[in-house]
Amino acid sequence: MTIVLEAKGITKQFPGVLANDKVDFDLRKGEIHALLGENGAGKTTLMNILYGLYGADSGQVNIDGAPITIHSSKDAIAHGVGMVHQHFMLIPVFTVTENIMLGAETDHRLSNDQRKWWQRSLFPQLDVLDRKTVAAKVTDLSHQYGLDVNAEAIVGDLPVGVQQRVEIVKALYRKAKILILDEPTAVLTPQEADDLFRIMHELTERDVSIIFITHKLKEVLAVADRITVMRGGKVVGTVMPKETNLAQLASMMVGREVILKVKKDAAKPKEEVFRVEDLHVLDQRGLETVRGVSFSVRAGEILGIAGVQGNGQTQLVEGLTGLRPTSSGRILLSGEDVTGKPPRPITETGMSHIPEDRQRHGLVLSYTVADNMVLCSYYLAPFAKGSVIQRDQVDANARKLIKEFDVRTPSPYVPTSKLSGGNQQKVIVARELSRPIKLLIANQPTRGLDVGSIEYIHHEIITMRDRGVGVLLVSAELDEIMALSDRIAVMYRGEIVTVVDAKKATREQLGLWMAGARVEII
Amino acid sequence: MDWKRFGFIAIIIIILFGVVVIIGGGQVKPLVIITSMAATTIMVATPLTLGALSGTFCERSGVVNIGIEGMMLGSAFFGWLAAIYMNSIFSFPAMPSLLIGVLAAILTGGLFALLLAVLSVSFKVDQIIGGTVINILAVGISGFMNRQLFFEKGSIFKGQVPHAPGVLPTIHIPLTNLLSPLCETNTACMDVIAAINKIFDQRPIALSAIVLVFVSHFVLFNTRWGLRTRSVGEHPRAADTVGINVAFMRYANVIIGGFMAGLAGAYFTIESVPSFEPLLTNGRGFISLAAMIFGNWTPFGAWAASLVFGAAQALQINLQFFREYIPPQWAFLQQSYIVGLAPYILTMLILAGIVGRTIPPAEDGKPYEK
Repeated sequence: MTIVLEAKGITKQFPGVLANDKVDFDLRKGEIHALLGENGAGKTTLMNILYGLYGADSGQVNIDGAPITIHSSKDAIAHGVGMVHQHFMLIPVFTVTENIMLGAETDHRLSNDQRKWWQRSLFPQLDVLDRKTVAAKVTDLSHQYGLDVNAEAIVGDLPVGVQQRVEIVKALYRKAKILILDEPTAVLTPQEADDLFRIMHELTERDVSIIFITHKLKEVLAVADRITVMRGGKVVGTVMPKETNLAQLASMMVGREVILKVKKDAAKPKEEVFRVEDLHVLDQRGLETVRGVSFSVRAGEILGIAGVQGNGQTQLVEGLTGLRPTSSGRILLSGEDVTGKPPRPITETGMSHIPEDRQRHGLVLSYTVADNMVLCSYYLAPFAKGSVIQRDQVDANARKLIKEFDVRTPSPYVPTSKLSGGNQQKVIVARELSRPIKLLIANQPTRGLDVGSIEYIHHEIITMRDRGVGVLLVSAELDEIMALSDRIAVMYRGEIVTVVDAKKATREQLGLWMAGARVEII
Repeated sequence: MDWKRFGFIAIIIIILFGVVVIIGGGQVKPLVIITSMAATTIMVATPLTLGALSGTFCERSGVVNIGIEGMMLGSAFFGWLAAIYMNSIFSFPAMPSLLIGVLAAILTGGLFALLLAVLSVSFKVDQIIGGTVINILAVGISGFMNRQLFFEKGSIFKGQVPHAPGVLPTIHIPLTNLLSPLCETNTACMDVIAAINKIFDQRPIALSAIVLVFVSHFVLFNTRWGLRTRSVGEHPRAADTVGINVAFMRYANVIIGGFMAGLAGAYFTIESVPSFEPLLTNGRGFISLAAMIFGNWTPFGAWAASLVFGAAQALQINLQFFREYIPPQWAFLQQSYIVGLAPYILTMLILAGIVGRTIPPAEDGKPYEK
C-alpha cells in the first residue's frame, strides 16, 4: 500500500518539556492508524505539527512522497490534511453550513479568473456568502458518507455526536484525504462511538486515511489497522492489533506493568447516609437542568451516576454540595436536612467533595500545598487559635498527608499550580479524605489523569467505601463507573432514568439509557 | 434582536413623543410636534448610532472597546482643528475645509483604534485598561492642545479662537416629489409625506449613519468578511484552524470601529456646532456602548436603541419650546436638568437587563493565545 503521509525525526521543545523527540510516523492509504499514549505523551503535539498549528523544531513531513512545509493550518488543508479536534472547532451560534464554509467561502458567481475586469470585486472580502450552494454540497457529502447532518441546524443545538460528524463533513468539504481524529470517542456514548467507527470504515473504503488518537485500549484493538504507541515524547513501537493484547499495549503506554482491573470485594452496605428527594436545580442561564432527581446512598456502597457530559451532572453536584441554590426538593445527610445550607455547614456535617474542575474549584492554585490541605478546616483547632493560623500545625498536617497520600511535591510550600494534574488531584483527595466523613461526592475524579494516578485514586475510593463511607461517584467514563460502582444510576437530560445493580448492568444497556432510551425497553 | 426588545423600544419612544404632544398639542398641530421630535431624535441619535456601530464591529471580532468615548472626543477635536487650519491658515474655502475636517476626524478615530488594537491584540493588555487609556489620553490631548493653541499668549492663534468655517449643510432629499403621486389629491396624505420629508432633511453625517446601519448589517451577516469577523469573536481557535488570521481580523475590525467613532466625533464639531470645548462628548460614547449591548450586538438593534436615547434627548430639547404650557402637576418637567437626566436613567434601566438578557460574542474581551 502506498504511504500518503510520512513524518521523519519530528522534534518539538516546549519550555521545560521535550514534547516530541525524533518521532517517526507514517500513514498508508485507506488505513486506520491508531496513535496511542497517555496524556502528555506527545500525540496531540505531533498532530498539531502535522496540521500546522505548531511549527516543529526539526524534522521532515512528506505527503504522497513529496516533502512539504507546513506553516499554518491553511497549508495543511491545501495538502489534504483535515483534523477533528478533541474540543470541537465549531462555532455554536453559527449554522452547520456557516461553520463548514468558514474560511473556505466560495463565491456563488464566477471565480476571479473567469470574470471580466469590471466583474471582479474590488474587495473579495466583501463577497456575498452563498449559503445555498454550500448547504447543497453539505447535504450531498453527508448523504455520500452516511453522516446524516442537517445543513440548516444551529450547531449549538446539536448533540455532540452530530457535532463531530459536522467536523468530519467540514474536513471532507475541504477535500481532506487524510483525517486526524483527536480523542474522538471521549465525548461519545458507546452507541455513538460505534456509529463513529462505522463512519470511519466508510471513509477508509473511499480512500480516506485516518489517524485515530486515543488512550482507550479496547477501541484501538477493535478498529485500528496498525497501532503506534507513544510515551514521553517518543515512539515506543508500532504493532498490529492481531499480534497484541490489552496488557501489552497498557505496559507499552505506561512503561511498567499496570493492573487494569480494579480490585474490590463485594460491598457491605449499611444504613442510609444520604437521601435526595425530588431535587430541581437551575443552571446559570435559568434553565432547569436537574429535573426531579431522587436517590439514596448507603454507608459502605458506591453509587455511580453515569451519563454523557452536560446532562445536568454538574448542576446536580453543585446543588448537593451547596455551591448552587436548589429550586425545590430535599437533601438529607445522615438524617439532617441540609437543603439550602451553605457549603461550610454541609462540610461540617460530614460531606466531602472532589470537584469536577480541580483547578478552578478544588484548589487555590496560587496557595501552597500546605495551605490547600487545610482549606476546609483552617478555622478549627488545631489549625487556628482564635483568628490566628497555627503555621506549625498546618505544616505538620501537610507533611503527614504528603507522605500518606504519596503526593509528589518538592516541599509543602510549593504553590499547587506547579504540580502535575495527578498530584494536584492527590492534594484534593488528601484534604477531603483525611477528615472524618460520612459521604464522599467524587465528580470526574480521574479526568485527564495518567493511568498510574487513576489506579491510585480508584484504590482510595474503594478504601473509603470499605471503611463505611457512602460514595457518590459521578463520571462520564462508563468504564470507570462500571469498575467502581455497586449500583449505577443513569442520568439523562436532568433526570435519573434508572438505578440498576452494577453486577447486572451491561455496557450496551447503559449506553442506550445514556442516549435517552426509556427504561421499559429492557 | 427579538420582537420583545423592539416592542419595548417602540413603547418608550411613543411615551416620550406622547409627553410632548400632550403638553404642546394645544399650541401646535400634533403632526408638527411629532415631525420636529422625530427629526431631532434622528439628529441627536447620530453619534450614538455611529458609536454603537463602532462597538459592534470591535466586539463582534472579540475586542471590547470602552474607548469609544475617547475616540469620539479626540476626533471631534482634531477634525475641528483640521477644518480651522485649512480655513484660516491655508485659506481653503469653507466646504473643502469641512470635508478635510471630517476626514481628519475619521483618521484620528482610526489611529486611536490602532493604539487599542496594538495594546489588546498584540500585547494582550486587559482591554478595559486599553480602552481607559484611550479615554484618558483623548481628554488630555484635546484639552491640552486646545489650551495651548488657542488660549496661550504667543500661540498660533494669538489667544483667540478663530472663526470656524461653519457646519455641514442640511441635505434636502426630494421625497415629496417622488411620493406625492401616491396621494393624488388627498391633502392629509400630502401633509404626512411632507412631514416624512422634513424628518429626513438631515445633515450628511446623520444621513450616512443611517446608511451605515444597513451597510453594517449586510457586511456582518451576509459577506465573507462578516462571517470571519463573527467567527473570531465567538471562537478564535476554530477560526485559526481553518486558516483565518485572528490578529488581522481583530486589528481590521477595531480600526473600522475607530473610523466610525471618528465620524461620530466629526458630528459634534463639524456638523452639530462649529466649536469645540473640552469634554464635549459628555458620556455619549458610553451611552452608545449601552445601545450596542441593548441592541444585542446587531446594527439594527444598536440603531433602535440609539433612537430611544435620541428620543429622550429630543424630549428635553423640544420641551423647551413649550415650557410655559407644562401643566402644574408636571411641574418637575420644567426643570430641564431633570429631563436631561432621562438618557442616563434609561441607560441604567436598560443595562440592568429590564428586557431580558443579551448575549455577547463568546470570546468578547479575551485575548487570543495561540
